[in-house]
Formats: sequence, structure tokens, C-alpha cells
Amino acid sequence: MIPEIGHFALILALSVAVVQGVFPLWGSFNRKLAWTSMARPAAYAQFFFLVVSFGCLLYAFVTNDFSVLYVASNSNSQMPTIFRVSALWGAHEGSLLLWAMILGGWGAAVAFFSKGIPSVMLARVLSVMGFIGVGFMLFLLMTSNPFERLLRIPLEGRQLNPLLQDFGLAIHPPLLYMGYVGMSVAFSFAMAAMIGGKLDAAWARWARPWTNIAWVCLTFGIALGSWWAYYELGWGGWWFWDPVENASLMPWIVGTALIHSLAVTEKRASFKVWTILLAILAFSLSLLGTFLVRSGVLTSVHSFASDPARGLFILVFLLVVIGSSLVLFSFRAHKLRSTGTFSLVSRESGLLINNVILLVMAATVLLGTLYPLIIDALGSGKISVGPPYFNAIMVPLALVLFSVMGFGFYLRWKKDKLSRVLKKAAFPLVLSLVAAFALPLLLADELNIKTVLGVFASSWIALSSLMWVLSAGRSPFRLPLASWGSVIAHIGMAMTVAGITVVSLYDSEKDVRLEQGQSYELAGYKYTFTGIESIQGKNYKANRATMQVTKDGKPVTTVFPEKRDYGPGAMPMTEAGIDAGFTRDLFVALGEPLGGSAWSFRLYHKPFVRWIWLGGVLMGLGGLLAALDKRYRRVRRRSLKLETGKQPAKEQLKEQTNPELSGASA
Amino acid sequence: MKPRNKRIIFVLIALLGVGGASAMIGKAMKGNMNYLYPPEDVLTGKVPKGQVFRLGGLVKKGSLQRSKTSMEARFVVTDNRGNEITVVTNKILPDLFQEGKSQVSRGKMNDEGLFVAEEVLAKHDSEYMPKELKEVLAKEHSAPANKTTKMGDK
Repeated sequence: MIPEIGHFALILALSVAVVQGVFPLWGSFNRKLAWTSMARPAAYAQFFFLVVSFGCLLYAFVTNDFSVLYVASNSNSQMPTIFRVSALWGAHEGSLLLWAMILGGWGAAVAFFSKGIPSVMLARVLSVMGFIGVGFMLFLLMTSNPFERLLRIPLEGRQLNPLLQDFGLAIHPPLLYMGYVGMSVAFSFAMAAMIGGKLDAAWARWARPWTNIAWVCLTFGIALGSWWAYYELGWGGWWFWDPVENASLMPWIVGTALIHSLAVTEKRASFKVWTILLAILAFSLSLLGTFLVRSGVLTSVHSFASDPARGLFILVFLLVVIGSSLVLFSFRAHKLRSTGTFSLVSRESGLLINNVILLVMAATVLLGTLYPLIIDALGSGKISVGPPYFNAIMVPLALVLFSVMGFGFYLRWKKDKLSRVLKKAAFPLVLSLVAAFALPLLLADELNIKTVLGVFASSWIALSSLMWVLSAGRSPFRLPLASWGSVIAHIGMAMTVAGITVVSLYDSEKDVRLEQGQSYELAGYKYTFTGIESIQGKNYKANRATMQVTKDGKPVTTVFPEKRDYGPGAMPMTEAGIDAGFTRDLFVALGEPLGGSAWSFRLYHKPFVRWIWLGGVLMGLGGLLAALDKRYRRVRRRSLKLETGKQPAKEQLKEQTNPELSGASA
Repeated sequence: MKPRNKRIIFVLIALLGVGGASAMIGKAMKGNMNYLYPPEDVLTGKVPKGQVFRLGGLVKKGSLQRSKTSMEARFVVTDNRGNEITVVTNKILPDLFQEGKSQVSRGKMNDEGLFVAEEVLAKHDSEYMPKELKEVLAKEHSAPANKTTKMGDK
């Protein structure tokens, strides 16, 4: 009964989404208030029915209702409850339902938090989101209904892929989806602006916090995914340039460009057309990501469940979304004239360089991801494009990007002098150059051009942003949140760059054969294999090795790498033994028995690897702070006041007199 | 500066950027593509000498040998039609590596006709074989020289 309620709620949500798509939009042209004001309640109702539907499926999972095909094929009663919950989004149908529910949630959030947005605008935004919802729910109901029943009810369900039975993966997809779907809000705002043919600073101020939040979710999702791959895939890599990883990276890169371009649109009424294009692109890439992961066209460690018919549907959906938005764009772009002008040396130029580089990066990833597909479709062989390709292009591009980034903080809007900027940036520039040469010499006792460049890039970003906030002229604690957000996010970027540089250049790795009692020394640490035992987990059996690590004769830690067997039909799993630290990780993975008491092990010494993810966390926090800036809330209050004919708030005026600081979140 | 000149400069910078980037992409692409070949293509000399490529096929039953003292492992990759290549590796074999199942390894041929693998992958579960490998092997089945034993993997 419960699954049928879920199914029915999904159909209701679809009907509501149709209403949400059609009537508010229609009403916005006919000036029918009754129709436009349907948008908000419709968004709430759509979200409500989706939550009901999702809840029903969740109930089926938690209660082990194997009469539901999707539950039976992805969950069994032996699994711990938390993984029965996360099994819901472990495969195609459930993850799509999650997608749809999150979309509904974003819609409801926009409806709730956008009190200051004119009703016509809000109606159009929610209407576009309604149409996207219609597409996804049609997809669910037509090709991938999660509530399908089985006639012959199995006693026990199938084992969920053990890779997915992990806490990191329980929260990684929802976060990533929050980001993907969040880009639909920016997209909807862009579409609404084009439908209305008007794009002003107020519009950018409405769109910015939403874009920020979506970007934050995407940032956290990607960082979490990288961390999960590091400890759970078992082989110590933190980024594989796997197509599925690339699928999440592309919207992130374009989203980053969009955030910066929106800043220009808000502050300087410039880059308007560009912003719209980026919003379309970011969402299209999110859809493409879903398509790549779920259609099975790619050979990837991630593509578990796949079906060509579904791929076709998403492809058509993708074409409709991109096609319709570009058609609208071609009719309306000329109306969105940018009024702000700027000279060659100006913050606008800096951000233009930022945008161009980021877009080239996104194109590089896109090409590397799709190229094997294209070659295969042309029948010219089976190829894979490996990490060297991505590294060869992304690293130099990133270096240029980072070099410009530091100056960007000191550039003034509209028109600036090169000499003034250089003078302002001189201190951090010199300091980071010194650091770039001194740190490698002191710590690694060698001078390597790659290390110098990496250390320079990260200290330059960190120092220039720090100095900027300190030299801003007023107490750092009175700066707007957006400035703080910007500084923290950029320092996060610097940390990630530092982590990537050090771990890529100085990590040590070795596959070794060890008999019980033997030891091996790597990067100053001595690993001794002292024993191995069989243990019984909740739904697996495992071999667990004990590895003692010492340094200069003193014990450092003992790690317990495992090899787990989840029974017939499931993959064996490698659980690495990791000793995590701020400046280094020790990582031991258990290989196979090699006869006698010998086993193979993979040993790693990974300096500063945590910095990669810590930087990601800082970036996310920075984005969050920027989104919470008072400015955005004040806009709402102001426009409410303007409606009632009162004066704008005093702080608002004050802020306008200091554009350099309020442009901080750029 | 006149707005028009300014625009020209911006366009030039953009063109330079895009041009440089495409040149870099082209170069990087050329050097870093790994083709997937079945043993037959290697034996008939379709693979240029010294090139890094991926060797796809089934691990011959009973062919896995391990050194008693080091990490070295050897196994034979076959297409079940008599085309065989011996692979040598110093790396840990993946969890899913099994005799009779599919594998893809990356590396190159040495002078003695051994394939030295830097990486061995076995991406399948009980019922899944990588799509690209399935197609490469299926192609051989339709070839005229087909002696056909049933493919070892479902």
C-alpha cells in the first residue's frame, strides 16, 4: 500500500508541476494576478508531494519491503539501517527521485525566501523550475519507476554494491545533486530575465545567493567524493580524471565563472549576456553530468546501473533544455545590453580573464571526457584519455589563473592604473616569491621548478587575499560578510593548490611483498607486518592485517588494513588502513595472499594530502558566508520598502559609496 | 583609447587565449591517448613498437604465476582463439582479478615479447564486463579465423 501511495504522490507532483509551469508564465504575460500568484503555492505543493513520495520509498527500504523491485535489487535485510537508507540513492531510480525531490526543495526555497522579488519575476522563475520538474518526473514515471512491484516476492534482497556501503557515499550523492540541481535556480533566473527582456543589478542580487549556495553544495560534494575515493576505492588516489568525476567538475568550473561574472553584472551592469550564457551552460553541464553517469555510455568505475533507453530520454531532455534556452537567448540577447564600460586595466578585465580561463578549463575537461565517445562513434578504435592529458593542460592554465587572481583583489572597478596595482600588490608578491624559493629549500632541501611554481601560486593567492582584507581601511570585523567569504574561499583554493602540489611531487608509493614479521622502510617510516586475522563483520567476512609503523625506532601508529568479502555475487573490498595527519597521511592497503605467510601491500606516504579537502571545506564555507551577506537580505527589505514608498535604508547608501569593498565577493 | 580599439584588443587577447589553448589541447591529446588492443592486433603487428597501449582480453586459466620472493606476477592474456600474450607486472593485482575473467592492463611490449604492465585493471562484477572490451572481443568472434570456444565470461 505504501509504495502505491508513493507512486500516486509522484503523479500528483507531476500534475502540480505542470500547473506550476504553465499558469504562472501565462499569467505573467496577461497580467493575471490570480495566475501568477499560483506559482508559490504550487511550488510548495510540488515539494510536499515529492517528499511524500520519497518518504514512501524510504519506508519501503527501511522496512525491507522486497515486493518492490527497486528495493529488492538494491538492499537486503543484513545491511545496517543507515546503508539501507543510503541504498535508496545507490542506483538509478532512487537517485532520480532524489534529484526530483531536491529540485522541488529548491523551488520551495525560492518561493519562501524571495519575498522581495516582484511577483511577475518570481512567477517566471518558478514556472521554469516547474517545467524542469515536469521533465524529470516524466522521466521517472515513464522509464524508471522506483515503485514497481514484483509478482513473486523474494525473501531476501540483493547485496548493494559494497563500495556504496559507506558513510561518505551515503551523503556524497545528495550533496552533489543539491549542487547540480541548484544550478537550475540560476538557469531559471536567467530564463526569467530573458523572458522579461530585462536584466539589472537587482536581478543579479536575487540570483547571486542562490548560485552561491548551489556552488557551495557542489564544492562540498566534489571534495567529499574525492575523499571517499581516497579511502574507499582503496588505492590512495584522490582524483582520477574519471568521466564521472569530470561530470561533476565541469559544472563546478562553469559555476565558479558564473559567480564571478554575476559580481560584474551586479556591480557594473556589464557582462550581462555572458552571465546568461554561463547560467545556461552550468545547468546544461549538470544535466550532461547526469546523462553521462546514468546512461552507461561511459566505461567508468562509477557507472553501475545503466540503460540506453534512459540515456536517450536524458539526451532528448538535454537537447530541449539547451535548444529552447539558446533560441530564447538569440531572440532576447540584444535587449540585454551591457551599459557599464571599462578600460583594459580594471577589475572587469581581471574577471574577464578569470572567466575565459575557467571556460577553457571546462572545455578541456569536456573534450577529454567526450573524446573517447566520439572516436568510438566514428569507429576509429577504443581509446582512453588519461590523466597526463588533463594535467598537461589544466596545470599551466591554473598557474596563469592563479597569477592573475592575486592582482584581481587590488584592481579597481572600471579604470585603474597598472603602477598603482603593482604598488599595492608588491608586498604580498615579494613575500610569496621569497616563500616560493625558501620553503622548498628549507623543507625539501632541493629546488624544483614545479615546487617553486606551486608554492608561489598558493602563497600568492593566500597572501594577496589576506593582505587585501587587512589593508581594507576599516576594522576587518566590520567588513561585510561577502568580503570575508571571498577571502576564506580564496585561501581555501590556496590550501588545495598547496596540497595538490606537495602530494603530487613528494608522495612515495610502493607495492611490496611482506612475510609476517618482515618490514619495509618508506620515506623514513618503517612498516612492520606483524600479523593477520579473520574477522566477522555485520554482513561481511574480512582478513585484517596488523601493520606497525615506527620512525627512528619510536612507534608512530598501528594501522589495520582489511580485505572484505561480502559473499557471492559481490565484489571484494579493500579497506585501507590510514593514519591521518595535518602534514602527512600514512596509507596501507592490503593486497592478496602470495603463499606462505606472505601478503602484498601497497604503502603510501602522502604529505599534505588533507590540505586538498580542507581547502575544499574552506571554499565551501567562504561561499556560504558570501551568500549570507546582509546585502542580499537588505535588497529584499528595500524593495519591500520601495513598494510602500519609503526611503532606502541608510546602510544601503553607505555601502554604495564604497564600491571597492562591497565588490569583495567578486 | 577609443572604445573600438579597446574592443579589438579584447578580441585579440581572447583569440590568442583560445588559440593557445587549442594548440595545447591538441598536443596533449596526441601524446596521451591510450588505445585498447586485443592480443591478436598485437601479434599481427598493428601496434607500433614502444607505444604505451592498453591490452584487453581474458586471463588464461592456470596461467597466473607468482614469484616466491618478490612482487612479480605473470599471466597470459588470451582471446580464447589461440592468440596469447604474456603480461609481467610488479603491481598489486586488483580485487576482481581472476583467471578466466576479463582484464585490461596498461603498459608496453618489451624486446622479449612480454607485455610489461604499469597498471592492471579488472572492472567487472559477476555479470558485467567492460563494454569496450566486450566489443573488442566480439569483433574477433565474427572474424573468419574463428575457432570458437565459448567466451569465458558471461
